[in-house]
Amino acid sequence: MNIGLQRIHTFAVKYFPLVILIAIWELLPALGIVSPDILPSILAIAVALIDLFASGTILEHMRVSLFRAFTGLGLAMVFGITAGVTMAWFMPVRIVLNPLIQMFYPMPKSALIPVVIIWFGIGDASKIVLVFLGCMLPMVVGTFNGARGVDRETIWSARSMGTGDFEMIWRILLPSAMPEILNGARTALALCFALLVSAELLISRHGLGFLIGNYNEIGDNTRMFAVILIFALIGYGADRLYLLLRGRTLAWMG
Amino acid sequence: MAEQTNITVENLSHTYMPPKGKPVLALDGITLSVKDKEFIALLGPSGCGKSTLLYLMGGFLDIQDGQIRVNETPVTEPSRDRGIVFQHFALFPWKTVIQNIRFGLDKMNLAKSERDERARYYIDLVQLHGFEDSFPSQLSGGMKQRAAIARTLAMDPAILLMDEPFGALDAQTRMFMQAELLAILEKTPKTVVFVTHDVHEAVLLADRVAVMSARPGKINEIADIELGGGPKDVKSPEFAEMVDHLWDGVRKEALAAGQGR
Repeated sequence: MNIGLQRIHTFAVKYFPLVILIAIWELLPALGIVSPDILPSILAIAVALIDLFASGTILEHMRVSLFRAFTGLGLAMVFGITAGVTMAWFMPVRIVLNPLIQMFYPMPKSALIPVVIIWFGIGDASKIVLVFLGCMLPMVVGTFNGARGVDRETIWSARSMGTGDFEMIWRILLPSAMPEILNGARTALALCFALLVSAELLISRHGLGFLIGNYNEIGDNTRMFAVILIFALIGYGADRLYLLLRGRTLAWMG
Repeated sequence: MAEQTNITVENLSHTYMPPKGKPVLALDGITLSVKDKEFIALLGPSGCGKSTLLYLMGGFLDIQDGQIRVNETPVTEPSRDRGIVFQHFALFPWKTVIQNIRFGLDKMNLAKSERDERARYYIDLVQLHGFEDSFPSQLSGGMKQRAAIARTLAMDPAILLMDEPFGALDAQTRMFMQAELLAILEKTPKTVVFVTHDVHEAVLLADRVAVMSARPGKINEIADIELGGGPKDVKSPEFAEMVDHLWDGVRKEALAAGQGR
């Protein structure tokens, strides 16, 4: 088999399951096995999706959701990485923070939705805080594990070349920990959308999650599926972007 | 550097505290002096504390009992005067060869042209020309160790501490690197402390060999490797005799350690 054919072959194998899924999806309502009200056809969903964009309805909600998700995630990364690396380097910080993290880590963060609503209202702030709290933990844990895993010889080498504390953290611990930090970031990325949609579904006046709930209530299932599809696309896009950045950042791993 | 560099170790003991179990006495009353531009090998069975002794000289571990002085100044922390090379290279894997070499160099108070020149010089010295922009993961073991040696030498430390630097390399590469190290030291003489468990390597490289006992580490013997002056002839009977003699000492200690102390 030549290379061109092999590529097509690989491509076909890779996307075959997706094609099967779409085929079944189309067939079920078409054959009358499932009512189109419950499972609208892909074509109808695609039309609704284009319409949502064309009318501009979706854009404001998308802006709100993306702002909430990425502000929360961004803050979680900054605070999480700082906390993780500080814990790894300074024992007193580790002693204070470790028990808190171990207690908080297994708790489902969606349980905090009512709490953040009471404290921060139903607008942006509560969603950002929730995403921040949920995403911070995988960032802290990833950074901490990565920075603790740096072997002493690497640190000693840097020391013997005149590296001080701050520089050690910034130029040795962080780059060494980068693979684990990025693993944490991937978990956080998935978590940030999950938490955002839960919170917006439950109580909100804007955002894509609110829109899903809203279309559900008024019985417009085609549009509801269209918004869900947007989430799938955003999630997929974010993960692709993540993989691209990861590949660039970790080129040294060879 | 015109000034003299010597290391004095006096009555040094060190206890190691494992995470679980009882404290272990690793070094017991070590006294040793290393002269200026001398190459001394610390030879002993594994677990005898020779690396611990080296780390204490480097200032990486806290001194508990006794003293180490470099030119009469007590060692308390790592210093640029004491460069170190580890068995597993300890290169920064996210930096290229040239970035590794520049890491310490760029922190020295030197003009940029001087730093550029030094980096180039040491790249050439360890024959890594053409691999400046490679990451450590793309290099063979021997090349990694040469990069690590260049990184340390580029700082021009008066003292070179080497912790089984060729222990992770295959036999052929090791032989090649041993010859290369001697050639490099010929060009840039330094005071060297070299940890090894390889008797042949110790005799080949060192001016003096300190043979250590099994744990707790003591110095059993310090052998002068004077084999009639000039370059050492590994095929001479004197060389073979010296290796045999030292090997006897190491074997006895290894056996003693093996018989479950």
